[in-house]
Amino acid sequence: MNFQLPNLSPMVPELTMTALALIVLLIDLLIKKKEILALISMAGVAIVAVTLLGSSGVTFGNMFISDGYSSFFKLIFFINVILSVLISIKYIAIERVNYGEYYSLILFSTIGMMIMASAGDLIVLYLGLELMALSTYILAGFIRHDVKSNEAALKYFLLGAFSSAFLLYGISIVYGLTGTTDLKAIASFISEKGLANNFSLLLSVIFLTVAFGFKIAAAPFHMWAPDVYEGAPTSITAFMSVGPKAAGFAVLGRVFMVAFVSVKVDWVAILIPLSILTMAVGNIVALSQTNIKRMLAYSSIAHAGYALLGIITANNEGLASMMNYLMIYAFMNIGAFAVIIMLRSEGFKGDSIYDYEGLSKTHPWAAALMLIFMFSLTGIPPTAGFIGKLYIFISAINAGYTWLVVVAVIFSAISAYFYMRIVMYMYMREPKVTVTLSTSLPTDFALVITTVAVLVIGVFPSFLVGLARAAIRGF
Amino acid sequence: MIQQLFFAYFAFVIVVLSLLVITRKNPVHSVLWMLLLFFHIASLYLLLNAEFMAAIQVIVYAGGILVLFLFAVFILNIREELRINKFIGAWPTGLTFAVGLLVVIIMSIKSFIAAPPGIYSIDLIKQETHTKALGKLLYTEFLYPFEVTSLILLVAIIGAIVLAKRRLKS
Repeated sequence: MNFQLPNLSPMVPELTMTALALIVLLIDLLIKKKEILALISMAGVAIVAVTLLGSSGVTFGNMFISDGYSSFFKLIFFINVILSVLISIKYIAIERVNYGEYYSLILFSTIGMMIMASAGDLIVLYLGLELMALSTYILAGFIRHDVKSNEAALKYFLLGAFSSAFLLYGISIVYGLTGTTDLKAIASFISEKGLANNFSLLLSVIFLTVAFGFKIAAAPFHMWAPDVYEGAPTSITAFMSVGPKAAGFAVLGRVFMVAFVSVKVDWVAILIPLSILTMAVGNIVALSQTNIKRMLAYSSIAHAGYALLGIITANNEGLASMMNYLMIYAFMNIGAFAVIIMLRSEGFKGDSIYDYEGLSKTHPWAAALMLIFMFSLTGIPPTAGFIGKLYIFISAINAGYTWLVVVAVIFSAISAYFYMRIVMYMYMREPKVTVTLSTSLPTDFALVITTVAVLVIGVFPSFLVGLARAAIRGF
Repeated sequence: MIQQLFFAYFAFVIVVLSLLVITRKNPVHSVLWMLLLFFHIASLYLLLNAEFMAAIQVIVYAGGILVLFLFAVFILNIREELRINKFIGAWPTGLTFAVGLLVVIIMSIKSFIAAPPGIYSIDLIKQETHTKALGKLLYTEFLYPFEVTSLILLVAIIGAIVLAKRRLKS
């Protein structure tokens, strides 16, 4: 029996991240000041980001793929984790859940996302997804003394388990048909044996779409999102509206573009109505929301609909614009949540949209920042949100889906109503309740990063767009 | 022939038992039917020449997880299942979807073409013994997913401690 240790150099970022999560878990026992754990986590993630540079390659017999595509997504996850930790520090102290496990669970969830982005095999993909999801379920219920948080965790868990069942059923059909779980081997088997018109294969594609649809919160699999986003701790809402969604898109892109490339016509036909429905549900239901976290949950559903356009184009240009969009979404969404988190103070929830009335008079800076993020989420220049939508629409038009872009633009226009309502409340109404902002250095720092990113990408988009295009090359 | 007969028996009983598990009003009855269900699943593994899996199924599921279920039922002291209209009111819709899904899956069976079998034929496994073959695969070809599983279990432990053990601060 001879055993050769596989080449571990492509997975150095994952290994470092795992070590970091375990170290944070252990140090938690020794120190009383949990803020130090946040610092260690952020510094560690920064180191992991550096190790990402020299980590391209394939290992464990194609089960782990580190390429430009996965590295770009990992960059989104790192930005997500750093920004989420920054806005968490003060918030979890206010919510009285300042425990060290919080940070290690965030890191474990990120490891799951990284494994998903790099998965070259359906089994690994499933395990990464479970690692990410399980950590997020726990984080959603982290405020144990709050019934809403319990409810969020339970709903997320039940529906997540349900979607996992769909994923596993889909994987088992693919395995039964092709005898392999390796994405590239599946693709070559399908084209060799001419399985492209097989009904069973189509069924498995549908099951995988359902499972990934749950993760990216696409309608009609979005039912969990509003309740979970509302009930979960706000910092975790920010975290999971970006991370798991991006990870879902990463696997959606890789599985469909690599394994099911020969049944492109079928899955594009499934994704088009899904995308339209997602944009419709997200944007229209958001109009009637009065809780800002719930409103942003529907907004997050709508953004999944726009990003789906990038996959529908089914070419590298579309994927690059989808990646670009998710990166921009990370900045603008966490930025908006950072403002929401500042409104939460001792004995004041601050999650109703009426709490924003007259904010420009009492707290002009917070109002101005919220204005920028709301503009960006709507997609108004010169903010990053405009660039994201612009590139995704251009790639869809180039692929011949002009009518779909028209639909998306109409829904974008509808979305302006509920985003601008917040702006209108802040600037044109008189303050009714006294809002005290719970500012802290880390939250300010997160706000500076997100604001600068949203504005700089909005004015000079070429760097990010070039990065996404370079990342997709050779995919 | 005998093998097919056995398979038909076990497959049929598994379906019946699964239905019993989800339809009993008394949770203790559900759990006990589930015990029987796990034994029948273990027998299916035996038919597949996977004696190690069968043993694990009995030890882990019947011996471990089921006892936990019983403890949970016991601690919560549920005599009869709660029926809240809000949650079960929409059962006709659910049933429609379930039946629809069943029809679609049955339709797809016709077009299902099984892939050529892999290298682990019954003879090879007999020669190598099932446990050895499984162990070898887990630590070589499937080492990476195996290690990821360990992380998932760790997260589950952390979750249980965070959500259950921590004293509430009000």
